[in-house]
Amino acid sequence: MKALVAVKRVIDYNVKIRVKADKTGVETANVKMSMNPFDEIAVEEALRLREAGIVSEIIAVSLGVAQCQETIRTALAMGADRGVLVQTDAELQPLAVAKLLKAVIVQENPEIVIIGKQAIDDDCNQTGQMLSALLGWPQATFASKVKISDGHAEVTREVDGGLETVSIKLPAVITTDLRLNEPRYASLPNIMRAKKKPIATTTPEALGVDVAPRLAVLKVEEPPKREGGHKVGSVAELIDKLKTEARVI
Amino acid sequence: MAALVIAEHDNRALKPATLNAVAAAHEIAAGEIDILVAGKDCRGVAEAAGKVAGARKVLLADDAAYEHGLAENLAPLVVRLAGNYSHLLATATTSGKNLMPRVAALLDVMQISDISAVVSPDTFVRPIYAGNALATVQSKDPVKVITVRGTAFPPVEATGGSVPIEAVETTGAAGLSEFVGAELSKSERPELTSARIIISGGRGMQSGDNFHLLEKVADKLGAAVGASRAAVDAGFVPNDYQVGQTGKIVAPELYIAVGISGAIQHLAGMKDSKVIVAINKDEEAPIFQIADYGLVGDLFKILPELADELERRQ
Repeated sequence: MKALVAVKRVIDYNVKIRVKADKTGVETANVKMSMNPFDEIAVEEALRLREAGIVSEIIAVSLGVAQCQETIRTALAMGADRGVLVQTDAELQPLAVAKLLKAVIVQENPEIVIIGKQAIDDDCNQTGQMLSALLGWPQATFASKVKISDGHAEVTREVDGGLETVSIKLPAVITTDLRLNEPRYASLPNIMRAKKKPIATTTPEALGVDVAPRLAVLKVEEPPKREGGHKVGSVAELIDKLKTEARVI
Repeated sequence: MAALVIAEHDNRALKPATLNAVAAAHEIAAGEIDILVAGKDCRGVAEAAGKVAGARKVLLADDAAYEHGLAENLAPLVVRLAGNYSHLLATATTSGKNLMPRVAALLDVMQISDISAVVSPDTFVRPIYAGNALATVQSKDPVKVITVRGTAFPPVEATGGSVPIEAVETTGAAGLSEFVGAELSKSERPELTSARIIISGGRGMQSGDNFHLLEKVADKLGAAVGASRAAVDAGFVPNDYQVGQTGKIVAPELYIAVGISGAIQHLAGMKDSKVIVAINKDEEAPIFQIADYGLVGDLFKILPELADELERRQ
């Protein structure tokens, strides 16, 4: 079966972000960009399913500016077979992303779609669920284990109280949690090989999807700073302070 | 304006997180808040929801299809009820996060995720970039589908109200998904998201076995035990211990971080705690910059001492 993974280009998780002085957003100029870490886990899971003989082809899709090509190349270097870039300079919100992915999926016909549970930039945690709703497919979010057999996926999910297992009919959308796997690094030969793998480019217009944002961002601000930095010298002093100064124990 | 809050429960008890979502709804549509209890044999939950302060009525959808909260079965129910409401809310727990985007997509609206403040009925504040920035967003959609950051809205009273329970027609099973089983962590300690005191361990704990040192202190304080992503990644403890951007968001009265360096993604989950204590052998660890009280030293000496000293002073 074909697998489709969606990979988002985000500010690298090691970068300390800066809010723009005019409060219109977060500074992205001259900032290191990387693949959303949860999407790396999605690519890795697809690769493991291919290595297990379940998946035959992996398509990596990214949506956004031309540089999202680089994110697709990263997925190809990890081992995905080919890429699709939905190129636009417009701001894409999760509902629009889900609609665009749906349009690509209708063309590609994958039986399994794996994507990160959330992107570490907007922290929305929506796209996978929205996509499965639009397709009329089942969803298994926050996956920590995936087993495929007989046209079903048995997925263990990370839930607040522990773990939950569901069985969903394929085709389906699975969103990844961090314990699902540990993504591999791309080797140099694979990075070179990835340069020759095909990436098809399309646009929201060509896919017939209206991507107009539904949420207007009025402003982006820094959160209030926390005043910390006080040290205590001993356990006894710590307990004294917690009892008499902070009064929390 | 009217708001529907989707109750979180396990068919036996109403989860306290529901009260935070009702509190947020109160800031949007006070006096016109209904609570949906969808589950199996969950009339007891509906009765509990009927006592929640500020509710107008409780909608009870009792059907085997809703027993395990499968989003494929629940979303059509919420969508059918949506016509009567301007706002649909749930808490940003794993169940709310699982369900609400599916509802939003079926209604062709954007979800407003994890709101931390209500500015007006169409404008909300939400943290982005692990809480390192706060975005104020205005929704242009006819129905606002919202998940609520529980720690940002003090819960309404669980009792005091008395409102009618109205049974609603159910939508049945979608036939797409089935519940197989659950492995829920059993603990005598309070739940992380509602605990008054939390003590968390990081990579500095060195092993899962060493978490018993934290547990001893937790028992003295009546605290919940949490962990950083590093400790979860290292396999010390299960993921449901995780506090951070990708785990649970907590804001207890007292948060004690032990052997946790203070990565951005961890701070995102706990920096709104009232008092933060950091215990770490590295005095340069970033956690000290936000800690109200920092103690530099070897946690393997400090934790037993802390447990003994708390015992002595009890």
